[in-house]
Amino acid sequence: MTATVPPKAPTFLGLPTAPRGVGHLRGDQSFPDAARGALRDGQLRANLGHATSTIRGKRAKVVDELPDWAQLREAGRALKTATMARLDDHLEELERQVTARGGVVHWARDANEANEIVTRLVQATGTSEVVKVKSMATQEIGLNEALEAAGLDVFETDLAELIVQLGEDKPSHILVPAIHKNRAEIREIFARTIPGVDPDLTDDPRQLAMAARTHLRERFLRARVAVSGANFAVAETGTLTVVESEGNGRMCLTLPETLITVMGIEKVVPTWRDLEVFLQLLPRSSTGERMNPYTSTWAGVTPGDGPQEFHLVLLDNGRTAVLADEVGREALHCIRCSACLNVCPVYERAGGHSYGSVYPGPIGAVLSPMLTGVEDNASLPFASSLCGACYDVCPVAIDIPSILVHLRAEHVEAQERPTAEAVAFRGLAKVMSHPRLWHLAQRASRLGRLIARGRPTLPNALPPPVSGWTRSRDLPTPPKETFVESWVREHGS
Amino acid sequence: MSAREEVLSRVRQALGADRTAPEEVVRDYRLTDGRPAGDPALLELLVERVEDYRATVLRCAPAEVGATVRAALDQGLGSGWSAGDVVVAPGLAEDWRPAGCDVDDDRPAVQLADRAASVTAVAVAVAETGTLVLDGSPACGRRALSLLPDCLVCVVTADQVVGSVPEGLARLDPLRPLTMVSGPSATSDIELQRVEGVHGPRTLLVVLAG
Amino acid sequence: MKVALFATCLVDTLTPSVARATATLLQRLGHEVVVPPGQSCCGQMHVNTGYRREAVPIVANHVRAFAGAEAIVAPSGSCVASIHHQQAAVARRAGEHRLADEAEELAGRTYELSQFLVDVLGVTDVGAYYPHRVTYHPTCHSLRLLKVGDRPYQLLRAVRGLELVELPDAEQCCGFGGTFAVKNADTSTAMLTDKMANVLGTHAEVCTAGDASCLMHIGGGLSRLRAGTRTVHLAEILASTEEAVTPDQHTAPAVSA
Repeated sequence: MTATVPPKAPTFLGLPTAPRGVGHLRGDQSFPDAARGALRDGQLRANLGHATSTIRGKRAKVVDELPDWAQLREAGRALKTATMARLDDHLEELERQVTARGGVVHWARDANEANEIVTRLVQATGTSEVVKVKSMATQEIGLNEALEAAGLDVFETDLAELIVQLGEDKPSHILVPAIHKNRAEIREIFARTIPGVDPDLTDDPRQLAMAARTHLRERFLRARVAVSGANFAVAETGTLTVVESEGNGRMCLTLPETLITVMGIEKVVPTWRDLEVFLQLLPRSSTGERMNPYTSTWAGVTPGDGPQEFHLVLLDNGRTAVLADEVGREALHCIRCSACLNVCPVYERAGGHSYGSVYPGPIGAVLSPMLTGVEDNASLPFASSLCGACYDVCPVAIDIPSILVHLRAEHVEAQERPTAEAVAFRGLAKVMSHPRLWHLAQRASRLGRLIARGRPTLPNALPPPVSGWTRSRDLPTPPKETFVESWVREHGS
Repeated sequence: MSAREEVLSRVRQALGADRTAPEEVVRDYRLTDGRPAGDPALLELLVERVEDYRATVLRCAPAEVGATVRAALDQGLGSGWSAGDVVVAPGLAEDWRPAGCDVDDDRPAVQLADRAASVTAVAVAVAETGTLVLDGSPACGRRALSLLPDCLVCVVTADQVVGSVPEGLARLDPLRPLTMVSGPSATSDIELQRVEGVHGPRTLLVVLAG
Repeated sequence: MKVALFATCLVDTLTPSVARATATLLQRLGHEVVVPPGQSCCGQMHVNTGYRREAVPIVANHVRAFAGAEAIVAPSGSCVASIHHQQAAVARRAGEHRLADEAEELAGRTYELSQFLVDVLGVTDVGAYYPHRVTYHPTCHSLRLLKVGDRPYQLLRAVRGLELVELPDAEQCCGFGGTFAVKNADTSTAMLTDKMANVLGTHAEVCTAGDASCLMHIGGGLSRLRAGTRTVHLAEILASTEEAVTPDQHTAPAVSA
């Protein structure tokens, strides 16, 4: 699993992946190394345990309420599958419809190109301030850093994104980027960083939300350019959709003169009617509400209502490489609800930062390695016990465990020189496919009885990789006889 | 090759030459609630679901909307409000408007932030999710109208209340700028606990007529 | 019925008492048990670690060993899930279509123990006696891939003398995950710690499950802590009777022969 990063531009299945050196899809540590530190952070563990168990309960309650959840989930899965099979047609239709309604469509091969386009569009307005609606796509491509490098001021307006930005932190959850912070830590960040904040600010979540409201109100009212993502884009009508809670999205989508929306190409849906499925699946899976407080939709430009200039940036950045993987392309069906994070026992303990990508948790463990090429995120497909809780809750039934297993094989098969592990597994495969060799190997395992010296368990200090087990768990001493041996002895073969 | 052509050609390469026909999407989920729009049980459900978001619902007979809107404003703003605090959608029915109130016009949108409350109609309401949809029509007003004043009063008539999300969307025009409102603005960003009232209106009052 | 017992590589090598108990139980219920000597492994560990090509001959050996069996039973939800969901797929991917068809056909006759007892044999009271306080951990693959549901609970509730106590957060993974326990040992241990805390909180004497692998993980952790609670496979509990139970059964549960 020690991946050596090849020097050439990364590809996955012959198609270019998200480029290196820009954006936030690659961590600087492997998952096990990053998790080691996070696991020792008791405050983080407590915050995550509390938050994820809260949201798990809420989601279960509102999902159970719908008698047709299984049918909606299956329709969601089928809609996404059908959309991907004709993705090129839907994108061209979307472009036609958005253009016909006064929008301008831009195409970006990767993060660098998207950042250049957005920077240029902002600069053309002559303003130096940009307000942003929380968007995974712009996090992925590192848009904030690109705009800041061009001398522009970027203001995240989602409460959690604001907490992350003010705390000079990184997001750790798709829906709730500051899930790793508790109310006391958030109060401390606000008290330290918001100019003129009430010195008596408490850690009451309502008070903290009000402090954010006050802080951002002026910025909304004077903003001339906003950048957003999109949850869905309807090809047949050119209708864009943003699903949110706080109203910061509405502020950004409504008040500025110019709106720039950056959207991954997989977000397109063919028809307006398809939203009747996704607008039921998403909020219940995401915040555990029957419906999120605000959903905004718009098609191009509406005279007298909202931005009079609208740009849509369609982003590839490795998505076509994911699409090329017949097993893995299902990961493009993700509607970013984050239900899989909230049920994942690995995420709950190791936290989002351990994944090193803006896409953490189970979906991140499959999406990030495919967007970057598996070798650039080789530890992620192994960061799962394959318990399957993610698949159960996924509102579009992405079989994440199967994709994880598939990517593990892609990593193994990408190694040009055999690793020690590969030598061992190949040897074991040979043994296990020949009963005579297998019985010899089972007998050899009884050598363990020698080192156990009559104790019921083996010694704690054993060489790697067994040490990974014995550091924290006992290993039973192998018995004198296997079951098959004893059965054959008693019954004949 | 332009970025457009390149991205599209990558999609085609990824899908391969022998791509299979898209699978049939079976829509065997509930397309309707089974009850007609305005059914009394749906109105009850809408009230329950909207109140669950900690919004307030005031019910009245169709002829009493004007008085009920004033009562709603009493609740939202306190009884000392004046007509100048309130701005209404330009197409809102005359007899629903508080006397002497401000009517939205083509002023810069940000000026609406000076008003304490706004009153609009809705295009449709979905009972099951407690959702009101505003569609930018004259009666609903432009999007900023239902966003900037801190108190929002929406008038819903019984015939606008449908049971399910599919029924609601079927009544809407996707070419209009739509705002679906389910309770006051809220956040779950702190410890995943819902707190009502962030950037959008902190108070939502629904007048349900019929 | 003639039942072919698939012991699984782990049980056969490290906890043979679990396979013995499975055989004893099925015999007590009046069935003939055969143990094909050519059996080794289902191939799951290879597939789940990324060695799907290498798993193909292991699958072939499994199919060879059990060819012609009327019904195959294994005391492991995880291995049965791999037989159902992985064997044919890896064979097909490798172009071994005949093997894939054979594996698929064999999977149709392969059952996890609790499913075999309840669904095929139609019994929930297997006549067992086990006078202990027991908590049940529903292992992930039994729960989510095989969907065994409440079958193990039905079986345990019918055991005389057994006091069944509910395990809090029962459906959370114990952290085993095959090679995950070694490759991500720290995260795995953190998951195990929470599982053990829940097990110990029940004050059960015994933690049981339908997977020897998960039990080896939980049991290995409890043993390291010198906790009094021990792990015993569901098959061993169901095999125990008044005549054969002993108060200190530990690694080798007493079962009627």
